[in-house]
Amino acid sequence: MDEPIIDAVGLTKRFTVKKKTVAAVTDLTFRVTEGELVAFLGPNGAGKSTSLRMLTTLLPPTAGAARVVGHDIARSPGAVRARIGYVGQLTSGSFAQRVRDELISQGAFYGMSRAAARARAAELIESLDLASFATRSVQQLSGGQKRRLDIALGLMHAPPLLFLDEPSTGLDPQSRANLWQHILDLRAQHGTTVFLTTHYLEEADRYAERVMVMDRGRVIADDTAAALKATLAGDVITLGFAEPADADRAVDVVQALTDRPVRREGAASLALTAPDGERLLPGAVRALDAAGVIVRQATGVPPTLDDVFLALTGRTLREAGEGEKADGESEAEMDAAATAQQTGAVR
Amino acid sequence: MTTTREFVRANPARDTWNVLTRELRPVVRDPFSLIFSLLQPLVFLGLFAPLLAGAAGGDVAGTLRWFVPGVLVMIVLFGTGATGSNLQYEMMTGSHERTLVAPLSRSALLVGRALKEVAPIVVQSIVIVLIAWPFGFRVDIGGLVVGLVLLAVFGVGLGALSYSLALATKDREWLFWGVQQSLIFPLLILSGMLLPLDDGPAWMRAVAAVNPVNWVVQAERALLSGDFAATAVLWGWVAALAVAAVGLLVGVRAMRRSS
Repeated sequence: MDEPIIDAVGLTKRFTVKKKTVAAVTDLTFRVTEGELVAFLGPNGAGKSTSLRMLTTLLPPTAGAARVVGHDIARSPGAVRARIGYVGQLTSGSFAQRVRDELISQGAFYGMSRAAARARAAELIESLDLASFATRSVQQLSGGQKRRLDIALGLMHAPPLLFLDEPSTGLDPQSRANLWQHILDLRAQHGTTVFLTTHYLEEADRYAERVMVMDRGRVIADDTAAALKATLAGDVITLGFAEPADADRAVDVVQALTDRPVRREGAASLALTAPDGERLLPGAVRALDAAGVIVRQATGVPPTLDDVFLALTGRTLREAGEGEKADGESEAEMDAAATAQQTGAVR
Repeated sequence: MTTTREFVRANPARDTWNVLTRELRPVVRDPFSLIFSLLQPLVFLGLFAPLLAGAAGGDVAGTLRWFVPGVLVMIVLFGTGATGSNLQYEMMTGSHERTLVAPLSRSALLVGRALKEVAPIVVQSIVIVLIAWPFGFRVDIGGLVVGLVLLAVFGVGLGALSYSLALATKDREWLFWGVQQSLIFPLLILSGMLLPLDDGPAWMRAVAAVNPVNWVVQAERALLSGDFAATAVLWGWVAALAVAAVGLLVGVRAMRRSS
């Protein structure tokens, strides 16, 4: 397909909170190709949800533009809405509605015939395991059951592009794994493009093919998880020796193999961080053997996306999230402020 | 795939119908919820009407003929006037956001909800009439039908205003209820629904003269006793239609701005 399924150029959202202008999202420019699975990773308040709310027509951008599934979010929001699925952070089902009724209503909203909506609802009730509570009202469901219904509602019209805002927050590990299985199946079956936000590192790492790291309203890195880790963090290699003298000699031997700095650590060991750790480690052991230095311990620890975030921002994801909260300007508050100021921009 | 598939376009009439049927579903599933919310009007009927009858020298049937039409309007004030809190709750829990992302016409999101108010108004009014019947309350059936239509029109407008208030107050429930209560009670008292305003001070009568609720109450009294030609009926329609027009206009504007 020639046209990217998401094409954002300079998307920017500024809010005025207590007479101060806050840039929630600044100059967001990116493309997503049909069929990709992209994760927006960042701490709370980084601007992930605001970005998603702009792309799903919920919030008009202050500046910039975006085309989503071939339509402009500002000029033809209706056309965009018909072509996307959206699972927000909160509960999609209305408290008084029964699960099956709500699915059928959702089908009608997207122009499905009653028969088609019934059939599709039955299919999703089966595949997302909602049958045991299909005639219960949403307010009677547990958190995990509500989340499964949210996903089912987002999938009802089999959208070519699915947005998920923190889909697994509040789910137990079992439900989270199930949810991911559904998302992966969906892609396998329908080639659905999936765009999600998460602050769970493992999730972005394990499932997303492409990770966009967001911090303070800007995308600061955009690549596959593996490439991000290789270029920005790297494996931490540690070699242990019997004597400090061995470690001193080893530094020179290992340094000859890599351009990354080799550090002496502890009494009798050395460490270095390198992108190709899994190849460097056996090479280093062999070279040291040949040089007559006996290696006692050798470990290679692959990086996490948290290391990536640390390398990019100097903070860990956890610290960054807590820092934003301490400022007292959560994204939700900024969203509220923005909607209060909005003047009929969304049709 | 994306180029070959047909995607729905917003259509105000169809979307309104879909929003309306969705809103009606919980009512159909659990009709007793309608009876439950009748508590307040029933309290007035059971505890206030006897006092009025006593003051009127024990003429129960005559008192009910004057008081019951007001109770029907009270159903709209208390029930429909509070309906915005449902939307407010849905805004806070997230399901309103889901409907905003759906390809529904924005006006349908408001109008469909407002039209749903007709169902509880009609059902609850009939229940009140049936409850009052054994105590000697009599009603002109044709007048009741027209009276219910008038009440429905008024209710759609008031419901739309209640939704507008919810959209404006967002997650501040205290603000919704604060504004709602401080409007409902003056409107109620200044409508002559509970006690006649004829003996009230001049300023009260002046305010009542521009209170649309007052005109609807008077129209209902005339209609339920079969007096279709009364000028009060005409003014009742003017008031109800004006409330409906203003309510829907304000409500649709508020929904367009909702996010």
